[in-house]
Amino acid sequence: MATVTDLKITELKLSEAEGGKWGMVIDQDICTGCQACVAACAMENNVSFVGDVDSGYGRSMHWIRIERFWEGEYPEVKMTPNQPMMCQQCGSATCEPVCPAFATVHSQAEQLNLQVYNRCVGTRYCANNCPYQVRSFNWRDYERPEPLPNQLNPDVTVRTRGVMEKCTFCIQRIHKAQDNAKAEGREVVDGEFTTACAQACPASAITFGRVDDSESLVSQLIKHGHGVKHLEELGTLPNVTYFKGG
Amino acid sequence: MAEMKQHTDAHAGGHHGGHTEEHFREKHLMLDPLPRGQMNDMVMESMTEPPTWRYWTVFAILSVIVAYGLFYSWGKMIVEGLGIAGVNRPAYWGIFLVNTVFWIGISHAGTFISAILRVFKAEFRRPFTRAAELMTTFGLVQAGFSIFMHMGRVWLAYWLMPYPNERMLWPNMHSPLSWDLLAITTYLLSSTMYLFLPLIPDVAMARDKSTGWRKTLYKTLALGFRGTEGEWAHLRNAMNIFAFAIIPVMFSVHTIVSWDFAAATRPGWNSTIFGPYFVVGALHSGMGAVIVVLAIIRATMKHMKYFIRPEHFDAIGKLMLIISMAWAYFFFNDYMVQWYGGDKWTKQLLHFHEAGPMGWMWFAMLIFNIAIPWAILWNPKWRSTPWLVSIVGILINFGMWFERYIIIPVSLTINRMPFTWRMYTPGVEIPLGIGTLAFFALLYMAASKLIPLIPVWEVQEGQMAHKLTKYGRETVVTVSELE
Repeated sequence: MATVTDLKITELKLSEAEGGKWGMVIDQDICTGCQACVAACAMENNVSFVGDVDSGYGRSMHWIRIERFWEGEYPEVKMTPNQPMMCQQCGSATCEPVCPAFATVHSQAEQLNLQVYNRCVGTRYCANNCPYQVRSFNWRDYERPEPLPNQLNPDVTVRTRGVMEKCTFCIQRIHKAQDNAKAEGREVVDGEFTTACAQACPASAITFGRVDDSESLVSQLIKHGHGVKHLEELGTLPNVTYFKGG
Repeated sequence: MAEMKQHTDAHAGGHHGGHTEEHFREKHLMLDPLPRGQMNDMVMESMTEPPTWRYWTVFAILSVIVAYGLFYSWGKMIVEGLGIAGVNRPAYWGIFLVNTVFWIGISHAGTFISAILRVFKAEFRRPFTRAAELMTTFGLVQAGFSIFMHMGRVWLAYWLMPYPNERMLWPNMHSPLSWDLLAITTYLLSSTMYLFLPLIPDVAMARDKSTGWRKTLYKTLALGFRGTEGEWAHLRNAMNIFAFAIIPVMFSVHTIVSWDFAAATRPGWNSTIFGPYFVVGALHSGMGAVIVVLAIIRATMKHMKYFIRPEHFDAIGKLMLIISMAWAYFFFNDYMVQWYGGDKWTKQLLHFHEAGPMGWMWFAMLIFNIAIPWAILWNPKWRSTPWLVSIVGILINFGMWFERYIIIPVSLTINRMPFTWRMYTPGVEIPLGIGTLAFFALLYMAASKLIPLIPVWEVQEGQMAHKLTKYGRETVVTVSELE
């Protein structure tokens, strides 16, 4: 007969098993809010340029955003640490089961939440059900004036109007690194590559790597500090850890 | 029948305490029989009389609204993208889904009146089952329009259907939207069949009484129905099966619609009571819509004052009152349990409902859905007055539309990421929504000229069963066994 204690143990094992492969650590204390990650991500991933009107109406399409908050009433305003927010690559993602077309799926190989752009029909249920609100929808075909098309990353698809998109942890870079390592007959080394946002961060506030490798920098940081995961109480098993307040 | 009429006529006149026969006949359609041929002619005339200039004016205006509001605006949105609508982050779902839920709600009353009242043998249903069933089918058409408008790439909507394909790609049956698609399709098909079955004897009657293109139309629709005993037995059997089977379908459809919300991990949505709450809400708006449709039919079509009488408004008014009470029960149950749950986001959301910028809508919802129906429908005289109950019906529909608006875009405004909180302002949703309303009315107007809106055979069947009999001085309504 299963007892209450047994149940707890199974739950723990389950979350460990779904702990993910790739993860990220974000140190909010050293984030300056410079938005370099936002720009780098947009360039790396061919994110559309939405413009001020649509952006002001809540249609910005950045896969990563810097959330700024303040405490108190003017003039006694105190800024709180900037909070970069992107897809948390949940182990048990709420966006996945609700897609009627299987456009939002969990990748077995990378343990990431993938969005299959050409399968998406645009019901937007995944975005509603994402507690982190990090999915962006192509509300229109946004113009990409010359010479911006020359800047497009050939490794990443350009999305059309009517589909959902979101952060992929730069899966194209993961694949490239894996291919290179395979060609050289070795494993991918920690720190060999990183995501566009982590690469661009001048303060090195973002660290990316394998969370299932206890030797990696990400795992070391997680073990070392008092990190928190956002909205963990929902059981989403997010893979991004935040450090704040020392 | 004629004999019976003479019989009752002979005894009419005297006052014997209680109610006189005139009183009974004036009040109740079932006790006021007309000869079969005459009644058939009345229904035929109401349908075939040449449309008046007023009919054509309304028809033309509605056509223009449909052409602009529905087809042009939708085409524009398909070409330019959902950017011209008001949906944004965090309100990814807007008026399109409000209208979808609203129209499915409207479609509920048709089946409710028809199937449940048929199963329970409620006699007052007889003259208006058809009018209600038509609402189901036409309402579902609008719900279909609304949900397809909502999609980002509507031209790929067929991907949601489970069809065999080379790549073995199937819809995701974990998604409430997939359940929704199946439930609504089932409901549309079964309610259309359920509309068609009781129509057969009436179109057969119309076939026998018409010429030209109408004859061809009704001949096709009547499927060679002659009225033999065997045909009637089969028809009754089929209708019986459908009436019973469609009731669980109806309950499941709106429960599944509610699961689109209840199954989501969102404050305010993740509520276990949403299923019955939505079913009752659907009946609430649907009954309100039925009564408006009946009042319009009665006021505009020939001979309808004979068929649709104050007693029917009285009976539906009572139902509306009970449903309003049930809705209030579910509303407060949902509200109280969520409030006591103590989740900080839910509390924030509930506060936003009442005190936020859309607070006026929240209070209007309560006034239209609870206060006004309770204040008016308790009074038999008031609820028998067609124009007054129609106003109540219209207000209930506003209230129920507000309820869905509060549940969808207003609740989506508040989520667990305060950085993304933003208000929703409708864009092209408004012409599109008005377009669906106009299309509903247009379909109804066209149907009123093409198929008998009154199920004559059902009225005649009821009248045959009811009789006024005198026992001593007392006039008593006697009923032979029904069916």
